[in-house]
Amino acid sequence: MKKGVMRPGHVQIRVLDMDEAVKHYKDLLGLVEMDRDDQGRVYLKGWTEVDKFSVVLRQADEPGMDFMGFKCLSEEVVDQLRGELVEFGCEVEDIPEGELKDCGRRVRFIAPTGHAFEIFATKKQTGKWGVGNHNPEAWPMGLEGMKATRFDHCLLYGPNLDETLDLFRDVLGFELAEQVIAPDGKRVAQFLTASMKAHDVAFIHHEEPAKFHHASFFLETWQDVLKAADLLSMTDTSIDIGPTRHGLTHGQTIYFFDPSGNRNEVFAGGDYHYPDHEPVTWDAEELGKAIFYHDRALNERFLSVLT
Amino acid sequence: MGEFLQVTEQCSGQSFRCKAGQSVLKAMEQQGLKCVPVGCRGGGCGFCKVTVLSGDYSCGKMSRVHVPPEALAQGQVLACRIYPLTDLIIECRPQQPAAGHMNEHTTTKAMR
Repeated sequence: MKKGVMRPGHVQIRVLDMDEAVKHYKDLLGLVEMDRDDQGRVYLKGWTEVDKFSVVLRQADEPGMDFMGFKCLSEEVVDQLRGELVEFGCEVEDIPEGELKDCGRRVRFIAPTGHAFEIFATKKQTGKWGVGNHNPEAWPMGLEGMKATRFDHCLLYGPNLDETLDLFRDVLGFELAEQVIAPDGKRVAQFLTASMKAHDVAFIHHEEPAKFHHASFFLETWQDVLKAADLLSMTDTSIDIGPTRHGLTHGQTIYFFDPSGNRNEVFAGGDYHYPDHEPVTWDAEELGKAIFYHDRALNERFLSVLT
Repeated sequence: MGEFLQVTEQCSGQSFRCKAGQSVLKAMEQQGLKCVPVGCRGGGCGFCKVTVLSGDYSCGKMSRVHVPPEALAQGQVLACRIYPLTDLIIECRPQQPAAGHMNEHTTTKAMR
């Protein structure tokens, strides 16, 4: 049952070298730089996103994800969910307004997988970049690289998937759209949505907590995915796998790495989910096909290379 | 310059040429060898950790989690982020137990 969480609002990613990272996310992915703050963090977004930013880069000596934030319908929703998070047993931290530039207060909590998440309701809206919302053109001129349209989801690796599903489903109102089940009945992957999208956040079981698998960005078409692959070769960027199609969610995809080793995905297409849909289930024996629909085999890197 | 340096991986006995300014991992990949596991190629995941037994090299940025200062001092580095200044002898750490049996197989063990 939906409880007022709307969508992924932002992800803060740690990078080893800010200049290299900005070049990657801006010039290659085609995100738009929106701001910088006095901590040296850089704020970016995909051009279709109405809020001011969705990706925050922070320079650190270890790559990975600091946190992922979900935008809620209202401050009242944030208050309500904050109470329920505490009741669930989560330790919550109140992050004051302005800690992220032009973002309201956030409530941060740690999921049983070890990842830090946030809910918030207020962020400056600057509108779709370059087109606005009044008699808008189809797309803006001056986009770079892959022309990524939006930050779409993250895939995260960690333990305690059952408890994490309880938290996201029962407290935050996400639905289980798709899952992978091992022969012993244990769920080893779960794709969760707060919307109609195939996933807003996904988890794969992994003993070590709080690991970052990838942040994903949406493209319009398969042709855009192919051109993204061209750009990766043109710029000699580290490719993980693709272009290919996923079995899970059926999106058309390519995976690659930012200059600090954080994995990125750009994808097009994919399934949709309504609240009356049963979860789609894949058997773990079919995992190769579930993840890479054409190769039907996993590459080791996809499962074990994390930041 | 076009100068080539020789890199030898001790466990496999494999040797490959590395251009000045090229990372050891990239040189290995270009010559179709697999004596060092390839991960993110960005100094982030720690997959390509090696120990440099002899020779000089310069380093790019690497995750402190995988290469803390004391490891760096002992030549334990990531092959994707070292650039030889002389011929090198490196040794690839033993494969992690979890990593060995994952490739090619569609198995739940890979996920757990």
